[in-house]
Amino acid sequence: MFKKTYLSAALTVLLSHSFAASAANDPDLQAIREQIQQLKQSYEQRITQLEQRLAQAEADSRVPVQAQPAAQAASESAFNPAILLVLGGTYGQLQQNPDVPATGFAMSAHPGHSQGFNLGESELSIAANIDPDYRGVATLALASTGGVSVENAFVQTSANGLKLKFGRYFSGLGYLNEQHAHIWDFVDQPLVYASLWNNQLGEDGVQIKWLAPTDTFIEVGAELGRGRGFPGTDRVKNGIGSGVLFAHIGDDLGVEHSWRAGVSLHQTRRVDAISTAIADLPGTLGGVSNSFSGDSRTAGMDFVWKYSPDGNSRNSYVKVQGEYFRRRESGLLTYDTAVASITDSYSVTQSGWYLQGVYQFMPHWRSGLRYDRLDPGIASVGALNAGNIISNYGFQPTRTSLMLDYSPSEFSRLRLQMARDHSRQGLPDHQFFVQYIMSLGAHGAHSY
Amino acid sequence: MNKFLFLTLLFFSTASHAALNVFACEPEWAALTRLLAGDKASLYTATSALQDPHRVEARPSLIARARRADLLICTGAGLETAWLPVIVRESGNAAIRPGSNGYFEAARYVQMLEIPTRLDRSDGDVHAAGNPHIQTDARNFLPVADALSQRLILLDPANTGYYRQQLATFNQQWRDAIAKWEKQAAPLKGISIVAQHRGFPYLNNWLGLKQVAELEARPGMEPSAAHLSRVLNELQQAKMVLRAAYQDERPSAWIAERARINVVVLPYTVGGTVQAIDLFRLFDDTIARLLAGMK
Repeated sequence: MFKKTYLSAALTVLLSHSFAASAANDPDLQAIREQIQQLKQSYEQRITQLEQRLAQAEADSRVPVQAQPAAQAASESAFNPAILLVLGGTYGQLQQNPDVPATGFAMSAHPGHSQGFNLGESELSIAANIDPDYRGVATLALASTGGVSVENAFVQTSANGLKLKFGRYFSGLGYLNEQHAHIWDFVDQPLVYASLWNNQLGEDGVQIKWLAPTDTFIEVGAELGRGRGFPGTDRVKNGIGSGVLFAHIGDDLGVEHSWRAGVSLHQTRRVDAISTAIADLPGTLGGVSNSFSGDSRTAGMDFVWKYSPDGNSRNSYVKVQGEYFRRRESGLLTYDTAVASITDSYSVTQSGWYLQGVYQFMPHWRSGLRYDRLDPGIASVGALNAGNIISNYGFQPTRTSLMLDYSPSEFSRLRLQMARDHSRQGLPDHQFFVQYIMSLGAHGAHSY
Repeated sequence: MNKFLFLTLLFFSTASHAALNVFACEPEWAALTRLLAGDKASLYTATSALQDPHRVEARPSLIARARRADLLICTGAGLETAWLPVIVRESGNAAIRPGSNGYFEAARYVQMLEIPTRLDRSDGDVHAAGNPHIQTDARNFLPVADALSQRLILLDPANTGYYRQQLATFNQQWRDAIAKWEKQAAPLKGISIVAQHRGFPYLNNWLGLKQVAELEARPGMEPSAAHLSRVLNELQQAKMVLRAAYQDERPSAWIAERARINVVVLPYTVGGTVQAIDLFRLFDDTIARLLAGMK
């Protein structure tokens, strides 16, 4: 009995002790539990956060922006200038001597065609931003006879729709004048460009253009130059040798049609403009050399219209363009500078126009048709030269050209062209050309 | 002095009230800007979904529109090289010159695919910065939206709150939509396809499509008959041939007829199909058309 009592007492003590012990440790346990709970919560929170970030990263699945060098997108070609080399060449098959000028335009420049194989318009072009404000462009033409000439070398800058260009550039008059030979739609320039602008009017000077802040494209421009390009006669003195004014307007008609139209004025003073091998009334063998000094004023109109189904010019498009120029020259003409040398007044109004259409009938393939016409006008010749100078030729030069070209890629073009040339009285010519134009280097952007 | 102060004030007051003039090169960026800027932006879209964005004429109308733009938003990565430089230069607008705040290129904010290891034109019209057709992966719009929203705030700080709110809404809705599209597109995973132009790497990467052939022997060059026959011989288990809405339909039609597979015309961008009227419908329609092409 005692033993039993003792045992139970011991048990009671033990139990009570353990109870007391548990009672004593309870707050600590609670604290630990809370801590674990907190830890668990915090981990869960962090895991969910990480999961969220992972999900977002997966959704974005993209490396941060800074990964790509900033210069790549911002400049034309990360500090190195954009270099474009155009290789071009033609083969010409002509029936008449290409040096004979269009009838009535013997006193104009007459860049003829070349016969046989020849290196045509090969040129090297370098362009880059100079600093945040200026951009520079230089185009060197490689002549087929050897040698290099500076075709373009200008600097341009712009702000608030005002665009300034200075150096050597192609004048902004007309539509075709600014276009380099490698983007012409035909092997040669229209007769009116060949006769009145020696193919293209290049100037040393300053050009300023202003684009109106309207939804319709309206641009006006002016140029002051040295008078370097034909009909100007290069000068070696102070002042301005030539002036140009032009205005362009253009817009879209829906998504499929777009157009641009323009007017231009050009003025220069010609001094001792020598022209050789000019036929005369007495019929001097081999012609005579004349010299002209006076004012030359030219006015022109141009338009271009383009159409492509859905506005997608990759597959097919039609482009129709035409230009008209009219030039009045008046001053003093010296007949036969070498022998007779008779000077008297001379004035004439000459004009010319062309109309052409180019049709890309399937990707890579284009065909084109162009009609040219010139009017040599009737000159009024002073009494002293009335018996010497031919004032009325009674002939209007015309030419019809047909071309087909194939462009395997954006950078290469092969072309065939046929022309029936009636630009020289009594010398009808059937011309045939094969041409290649290849560009390598920078991907040049093309203007309209 | 007072006059100058008055003019300055006038300038800033008009600047803060007038809508931002945004010139978007492609319709997808116009649609994104519409979502992020609402009526705070006046939008002009330079190209349509039926035009090849590589080959756009530098038309007078584009130059006139760029003249007054405060922000130009384009894909970049060389997609617009053939026309955009002329537009920017001829516009005479210093605000949108490359490098300025008004010049935004979306491709700079996404991970580019197909960055060429060698640059040679004998490989066709390759883009040095990688494949520029980033808009076919819906996930790419998230980082672009983020960057575009920051740019809008930079140019028009007065509406910061509005832009932030629009971005938050867009992010939420777009993430939900991506989840939905990925679920819908699950059956497309691993499906073999043929592409007409190398224009779908981002779409393939996103939805797990397996591109087994390209109809263009070299990017940007129209497929020749000889190359098409070669592709036809190589075709094994391709389910469909993909073509963007603006591309010539003949090459893919030719292959589809002979290989007895479906042509799937994808909208490619907003407006490419009648259904793709906004960014959300663009992907709704893209996935619906891909799923239909499996049948």
